[in-house]
Amino acid sequence: MPKLPAPPIPSLLKSPPPRPGESNGAVTPAEEAMEAGVSVVDWIDERTSLSGAARWMMFRKVPKGTNWFYTLGSATMFAFLNQAVTGVFLAMYYRPEANGGAYESVRHITNEVFLGALVRGMHKWGASVMVALVFLHMARTFFFGAYKYPRELNWVIGVALLILTMVMGFTGYLLPFDERAYWATIVGVNINGTGPLIGPYLSDFLRAGPEISAATLTRFYAIHMMIVPGLIAALIGAHLYLVAKLGTTAPPWIKAEKKAQLRRSEA
Amino acid sequence: MNQRQKEEYLREYSILKSEGKPFFPYAVAKDALMACIVMAVIICASLVLGVELGARANPATTSFDPRPDWYFFFLFEILRIVRIPALVQLATIGIPTLCMILLFLLPFYDRGPERRPERRPIATLSAIAVIGAMAYLTINGAEAGSVYSLKIKPPQSVLLAGPKALAEFEAGKKAIAQSGCEACHKIGENGNPGPGPELTHIGARIPAEGIARTIVNPTAPMPSFKGLPAKKFEAIVFFLSHLK
Ligand code: HEC
Ligand code: HEM
Repeated sequence: MPKLPAPPIPSLLKSPPPRPGESNGAVTPAEEAMEAGVSVVDWIDERTSLSGAARWMMFRKVPKGTNWFYTLGSATMFAFLNQAVTGVFLAMYYRPEANGGAYESVRHITNEVFLGALVRGMHKWGASVMVALVFLHMARTFFFGAYKYPRELNWVIGVALLILTMVMGFTGYLLPFDERAYWATIVGVNINGTGPLIGPYLSDFLRAGPEISAATLTRFYAIHMMIVPGLIAALIGAHLYLVAKLGTTAPPWIKAEKKAQLRRSEA
Repeated sequence: MNQRQKEEYLREYSILKSEGKPFFPYAVAKDALMACIVMAVIICASLVLGVELGARANPATTSFDPRPDWYFFFLFEILRIVRIPALVQLATIGIPTLCMILLFLLPFYDRGPERRPERRPIATLSAIAVIGAMAYLTINGAEAGSVYSLKIKPPQSVLLAGPKALAEFEAGKKAIAQSGCEACHKIGENGNPGPGPELTHIGARIPAEGIARTIVNPTAPMPSFKGLPAKKFEAIVFFLSHLK
């Protein structure tokens, strides 16, 4: 079977080969465990060829000059993962019933469930962090001119992600069903309602009728925990595929060194 | 970008890429450190700032404070500062929709080959202007409190009566704003001119007891506000009876 090429690990991190006489040729348990791990990976790879994709994603090169601003995109993704994980735990206790249930279940999470207040707080503040990171990441790609050829499509996907992130913030706000949530949502839905053409239909759709009711809450819940997260996850996948395929930009002020030399040799 | 510029860019980029470092482990290490910082910030925020849960939503309530999360402040601020009904629609829906369309289409109308921000003055300056406007609206929205807050200066009589009277006046102002009286009454520059009568000089027309009676026991279509907490109720009566 073909062996995987060695990953380009910096020499500092590589473990040095054993000195002569250090090991007597006997297989240590640690080596055995590693061998088992390798053969499991090999077994899966023989049947899926996934290692090619992993290599393609992980061992691609990032251009010279890549700096800390380039971590904002993946930071956004980690904030999203935080929302997904804490959201699943909240969903274990939350009940989307407007007429007694929703508010009580959130109070139960906050006051009684083990670490409930921490998880709810992480979900709430994680939302703010994610929104802030999306905007910072967008500013980075804007000022670096990263939306230009050939990455136009990735920018368009990014704008869709930005809007979906804001939709998450809007729909999630109603779910605790306290006073502030309720009235902020009324105002928000009414703003939607003033839109031209589709405005009134959009606000009717959001409210599930002419008034905010129990159906509104279940509708917001479905949008907030199924429709939009699914869309966001799919679009992040597309976004990352394009990032790996096209490569990330170099900072605009970085110039290639080899260029002049190459030109001369080409001539 | 024309064909030649595109090819030039791709050529330059492939050299830059070949001069770069592998994603794993160099970029992965940075990303991982950043992820740890993000998680630390989120956990600290949760521990330090905590979460709150207000009173249970009650559609029949008369006092409310429709406040969104901070990242929607800019929209609410637009709603608050645009008072002319004909323009509200334009401002709250028109501007954000336009911004979204402009954002989506950005790569299609900005097609120049230049990428350095200082050599794209129009793009850079418009971005700074947009960021400035959003920051301004967000900060103002954060300071303004409720969407329905009133803008009214305390009259001379209250100012002379000392800080306690002033606090009561401000409390009444806030309670009025939260109770949505503006939906039917004009108070100074705030609120709608109908269906209720203007309250700008109500204190000169009706004594405090009369105002209290009206709020508890009004003629239709004004709803009764007898459910208000006593503190808020007294503050409202104090506030209105000093509008002379
Ligand atoms: C649904 C609309 C509506 C709302 C909301 C409303 N009012 Fe009224 N209000 C009216 C109407 C209509 C009248 C006139 C009824 C009458 O002549 O008795 C009125 C009359 C009054 C009067 C007597 C004015 C006068 O000149 O006789 C006072 C005082 C008053 N309202 C205070 C308030 C306060 C304080 C609030 C908020 C807590 C409030 N109103 C909310 C519709 C409303
Ligand atoms: C859920 C939100 C988002 C996630 C998880 C995400 C993730 C990422 C990641 C990991 C990268 C590669 C590394 C980097 O440059 O940071 C990237 C690149 C990029 N993103 Fe996003 N992104 C999001 C939203 C956006 C938004 C709102 C925009 C702009 C409107 C955008 C536009 C771009 C562009 C143009 C690139 C290519 C950058 C380059 O090649 O230098 N993304 N994104």
